[in-house]
Amino acid sequence: MHRLSADRRHRVRFTLNGKPVEADAEPRMLLTDFLRHELGQTGTHVGCEHGVCGACTIEIDGVPARACLTLAVQADGATIRTVEGLAPEPGRLSVLQDAFRRHHALQCGFCTAGILMSLDGYLRRHSAPTEAELREFLGGHLCRCTGYTPILAAALDAAKTLREVPAHA
Amino acid sequence: MSELPTSWCGQSVERVEDAALLTGRGRFIDDLGVRPGTLHAAILRSPHAHAKIVAIRADAARALPGVAAVILAEDVTALPASLVVGVKAPIECWPIATDRVRYVGEPVAVVVAASRYIAEDALDLIEVDYQTLPAVVDPLAALDGTQPILHDGLRSNLASERRFRYGDPERAFAEATHRIAVTIKYPRNSCTPMETYGLIAEYDAGEDAYDVTANFMGPFSLHAVMARALKVPGNRFRLRTPPDSGGSFGVKQGVFPYIVLMGIAARVAGRPVKWVEDRLEHLAASVSATNRVTTLRAAVDADGRVRALDWNQIEDVGAHIRAPEPATLYRMHGNLGGAYDIRNIAVRNRVVLTNKAPTGLNRGFGGPQVYYALERLMQRIAVILKLDPADVIRRNLVPSGAFPYRTATGAIYDSGDYPLAFEKALTDGGYAALRQRQAEARAQGRLYGIGMTAAIEPSVSNMGYITTVLTPEERRKAGPKNGAQATATIALDPVGSVSVHVSSVPQGQGHRTVLSQIVADALGLKPSDVRVVAELDTGRDAWSIASGNYSSRFAAAVGGAAHLAAEKIKAKLAKIAAAQLNVPPEEIEFAGGRARARGNPDNNVAFGRLAATSHWSPGLVPEENQALRETVFWSPPQLTPPSENDEINSSLCHGFIFDFCGVEIDRVTGALRIDKYVTMHDCGRILHPGMVEGQITGGFAHAVGAALYEEYSYGPDGSFQTGTFADYLVPTTMEVPTPVILHIETPSPFTPLGTKGVGEGNCMSTPVCLANAAADALGASDIDLPLTPAKLAALFHPAEAAPPATVRPQPVKTGKGRALQGQGQAQANAAPADVWRMLLDPKTLEAIIPGCHGVEKLSDTHFRADVTLGVGPVTGRYRADIKLSDLDEPKAVTLSGTVTGALGDAKGAGHITLTPTDTGGALLAYEYDAEIGGKVASIGGRLLDGAAKIVIRQFFEALARHTGGPARTGLFARLFGRGA
Repeated sequence: MHRLSADRRHRVRFTLNGKPVEADAEPRMLLTDFLRHELGQTGTHVGCEHGVCGACTIEIDGVPARACLTLAVQADGATIRTVEGLAPEPGRLSVLQDAFRRHHALQCGFCTAGILMSLDGYLRRHSAPTEAELREFLGGHLCRCTGYTPILAAALDAAKTLREVPAHA
Repeated sequence: MSELPTSWCGQSVERVEDAALLTGRGRFIDDLGVRPGTLHAAILRSPHAHAKIVAIRADAARALPGVAAVILAEDVTALPASLVVGVKAPIECWPIATDRVRYVGEPVAVVVAASRYIAEDALDLIEVDYQTLPAVVDPLAALDGTQPILHDGLRSNLASERRFRYGDPERAFAEATHRIAVTIKYPRNSCTPMETYGLIAEYDAGEDAYDVTANFMGPFSLHAVMARALKVPGNRFRLRTPPDSGGSFGVKQGVFPYIVLMGIAARVAGRPVKWVEDRLEHLAASVSATNRVTTLRAAVDADGRVRALDWNQIEDVGAHIRAPEPATLYRMHGNLGGAYDIRNIAVRNRVVLTNKAPTGLNRGFGGPQVYYALERLMQRIAVILKLDPADVIRRNLVPSGAFPYRTATGAIYDSGDYPLAFEKALTDGGYAALRQRQAEARAQGRLYGIGMTAAIEPSVSNMGYITTVLTPEERRKAGPKNGAQATATIALDPVGSVSVHVSSVPQGQGHRTVLSQIVADALGLKPSDVRVVAELDTGRDAWSIASGNYSSRFAAAVGGAAHLAAEKIKAKLAKIAAAQLNVPPEEIEFAGGRARARGNPDNNVAFGRLAATSHWSPGLVPEENQALRETVFWSPPQLTPPSENDEINSSLCHGFIFDFCGVEIDRVTGALRIDKYVTMHDCGRILHPGMVEGQITGGFAHAVGAALYEEYSYGPDGSFQTGTFADYLVPTTMEVPTPVILHIETPSPFTPLGTKGVGEGNCMSTPVCLANAAADALGASDIDLPLTPAKLAALFHPAEAAPPATVRPQPVKTGKGRALQGQGQAQANAAPADVWRMLLDPKTLEAIIPGCHGVEKLSDTHFRADVTLGVGPVTGRYRADIKLSDLDEPKAVTLSGTVTGALGDAKGAGHITLTPTDTGGALLAYEYDAEIGGKVASIGGRLLDGAAKIVIRQFFEALARHTGGPARTGLFARLFGRGA
C-alpha cells in the first residue's frame, strides 16, 4: 500500500466534471476543503463535517459520497462530479435543476448542491420512483428551509420529464 | 406591445436567486475570496459548564510554526467594553470567558494561524487549568437560593423580575366558575441553519476602524452594541453581509459576539482574520430558543369562556443576558391573550441565569413558549369541562368586525376575521371526517388523538417592546424606544434601467424576486427589468437599527418601503413624462414598459428613455424633480413605546393561524405518526404564493422537529450532550409529512401593500397542536416536548418490572455527567501476587495500557499517564492522574482519578479483585463507574459506553497476555467477550 507522509503535501490528481485537475494536499486535508479552497470549486458545501447533513454530497466514480468524510488524497485518480458539472451549458439548467426552480424546491440553496448530486445519480438509475421511494432515498439529506415538500415535487416532476424526453438529461 | 399582467404581485414567478444557487455559483461567506495574508482563526472552548480559569499556558501554541497570535481574555478586556446588557443589572457580557467559564463551549482562547488546520493544531497545545464549580442547570433550581451565583455583581441568579396587571384579573378569578392551570417546561431547541456562522474581520490601525463581512442577519440595532464593544464610533465599524446566506431563522443574529471577538483578533494580529464556525461549535455555543417554565392559570366560565389569565413565566437565557435578550420573553407581550378576547391578564416574568449557552433569536421567537402554555391550557379547559376543544376556541376568539382590536396588554390586532378563518378551516380541512377517523381508530384499540391550536402570528417587531422589561421609571430615564424603520432605495441609471437596494439581509427567502415584482408593478415594468441587490454595507447603504431579516418583517415593512420608494420615483417620472407628452402628470400611467397618457396610449414614451432623462438632460427637469435615486425610510406610527401602564403594541401586524391535526401513537414503541395536519393562515395580502407556501412548509418542518425530536440536552453537570446531527435530531423527508395549507386574506390596513409577515407561525402553533393531539390520544394532562417515543411510551406503558434477583445491581450513581459503568473479567496465567506487581509497575503499565505514551510513578500509590484514546471518529490525547486506595495486597485495589484532554474529561473510580484459580493463575474481576464531560460527551455520547468497554477490556486482556494468559484475539471473542 502506498504510504503518505503526514508532514508534507502530496500531489492529488483527478478528473473533475470531465476535466483533469491537480493540486497539493496534506494527507489530512478533507476533500471538501480541497475542492473549495485549493480548486476554487465552492459549489460543494460544508454543513456538518460529520457525514449526517448531506450538503457536501458529490459523485466519486459514479457513486454518491460525502466529500466531508473523504480525504483529498483518497480521490487521487478518481472521476468526480460536483454540482458545477450538472448544467449542460452556462445559462441553461438541467432538467432536475429546472424542476427545482419551478417548484421552489430551494430557499437558501445551501443544502441544494448535495441533494441535486444525490438525485441526479438516483434518477439515472431509477426512472420512475414513487414519492415513498424518494422520501426514503432523500432521508440522507437535511434541509432546514423547505420542509421537503417542494423537493419531492421537483424530483417527481424531473423524473417524469426525463422519462418523456430522456435526451434532456 | 402585448399587455402584461396587471399585477406581478400575487404570482409565483421563478426566483432570480435560483440559477446561481442551483449551479454552485452562490456566494456564501466561505465562498468569498480573502485578501492575501488573511489568517484563519480557531477557538478554544470551555469543556466545563462552570469553572474558574486558574491558568492558561499558550507558549507552545504560540511557538507552533504558522501561528500568528493567541488571543486571550486580557487582550479582549484590555481593548473594548463589555457587550451592552438589556436589563438593569450589574452583569458584564464579554465575547470570551474572563475569570470563569459559564457554559460548555464558551470561548477561552483564539488562535490565528496561516491555515485553519494549523490553528486547530495549536488549540491542542494550549493548556488550561480549571477549577470546576457546581453548575446551575435547571431554571427552577437557579431560583432556590442554594445554587452558586453565576455573576459576581448579582445576589442571585434572578437577573430580572417584573409583574404586570391589565384589567382586573383578581376579580375575574374570584368570580370564575372554574380555575384551571397548566405548568409546562418548554425545552431548548434551535433551527440550526445548514450554513454555520462565518466572518472575515479586518482592522485598520491608521483610521482605528474595523471592516467586517459576516453572515449576520440583523437586527442592526446590534451594530451599535458591537461598535460600542469595539470602542469605535459607528462610522468606524463597517459591517457588510455576503450576497448569499445559508439560512438563519433568527440564529445568525448570534454571530455578533464573534464579530467583536474576531475584530479584536484582527487588531492583535495586525492582519485580516477569517473564521468559520464548525457544527459542534454551532450546536454547543451559538444560540438557541430559551427554555421556559410557565405556570398559566385561567379563570373560566361554565361554558368555557376564559375571563382572565395569570402568567407566571421563568425564562432561562443561559449564562449571559446577551443582547437582544430578554427579548424572547417580551416579544409576545402584546399577544399574551393569543387569538382570544380576554380582558384581564396578570403576568409575572422572571429571567434566570444558568450554566447553558446564551439564548437568542430563533424562528417563532417567544411564540412557541407562549402558545405551548396557552393552547395546552385551552385543551385542558375542554377536557375538564367535557367540551369539544373546537367549541372552547370558538367561544373565545376575538369576534369578527372587532378590528383593529386592542388587546388587554396593548397590541393592536390590525385586521382579520378569526371566526371565518376558523370555521373555514374546520370545513375545508375536514374536521368532521377526522373525528370519524379517530372514532374508527379508537374502536380498533389504536391510540389516536386530535389536537388543535389557534394562534396570532405577530410580525414587524416594535424596536421598543424590549424596553417593557424596564420599569416605566427606568424607561423615562433611558428615553423612549419604538418604531421599526424599513428602508428601500431605487436608482435609475443612464440607460433607464431600474436598480433596487434594500437592507433586509435575506437568508434564502427570495427577497430579490419579490422586490422585483413589487417595483415592476409600480413602474409598469417586468420583474426582469428590475435588478435588486440585497447585501448590506453599513458604510455605504441606507439602513437603520431595525434593518435585517427577523420578526417576519420583509413582506410588510421592506416590501412596503420598496413600494413607497417606487411610487415616489414614479411621481417624479410622471411629471417629466407630462412635460414631454403635453398632458397633466395625473394623466400619466405606467404600463408595458412605457409611460403614456391615460385614454390615449399612442401618446407615450419608453420607460428607459424617460428614466434616463435626469442623467442626460437635467436642464430640462426642475431641480426638485430630478429622478435619479430615491431612498425611502418608513416606520409605522402604530409602533409606539410602552405606555405608563406597560401596554405595548409589540408588533405591527398580526396574522391568524388555526391548525388541527390527527396523530397516532404506536402502542408498542410510543412513536408518534402525524396522520393529518391542516394549517389555516391569514397573512394578509399574498405577494408570491409559492414563497408563502415554502415559508409555511419550512416552518412546519422546524416545528415537527421541535415537537418530536429536537432538544439541546444538558447533563445535570451542565455537560452538553447533543453536539452532532446524530445526537441533535433534525427531521428528514421520512419524518415531515405534507400539511394541508389553507388561506384567507384580510389585508393589513397598517402596511403599504396590505401584507403581513408569514413564516414563523407554524413554529408557534404546530408543536402545541401535536402535543394536544398526543395528550388526547393518551388521555395525558401533563406533556412536555420533545414528544419522543420513550417519553410518550412512559405515559401509557406500566412501569418496568424490577430486574430478576440474579442480575447484579448496578452501582448507585451520584448523578452528574454522562455516566459510564461496566464490569468484566479476564484470566491471567500468573499468580495474584505476580499480577499485583505488574499492576503497580509503571513499565508494565506503559506496555499494556492501550495508546499509552508513558507512565510516571509519583509515589507508590500515585501514577500519571499520557495516553491517546479514540472514541468513534474522535481521537485525542489525555492526561490520566490515578491514585490507588483500599490496597489489599494481592487481592483487591481501588483506582480513582481524573482523565483530562482537549476533547474532554472524566472522573471516576474502578475496583479490581484478584482471585487465585485452580490452575495457579488469577481471575481479574473489575468494575468501574465514571462521569464524562467536555467535547467527547457532546459528540460521542452514544459511542462512549462501547468505546470505554473496549479500551478497558483491552487493558485487562493485555495484562492477561503479559502473564501468558489466554489472549482473546478472535473477532468473535473481541466483539462478544465475557463480561464488559
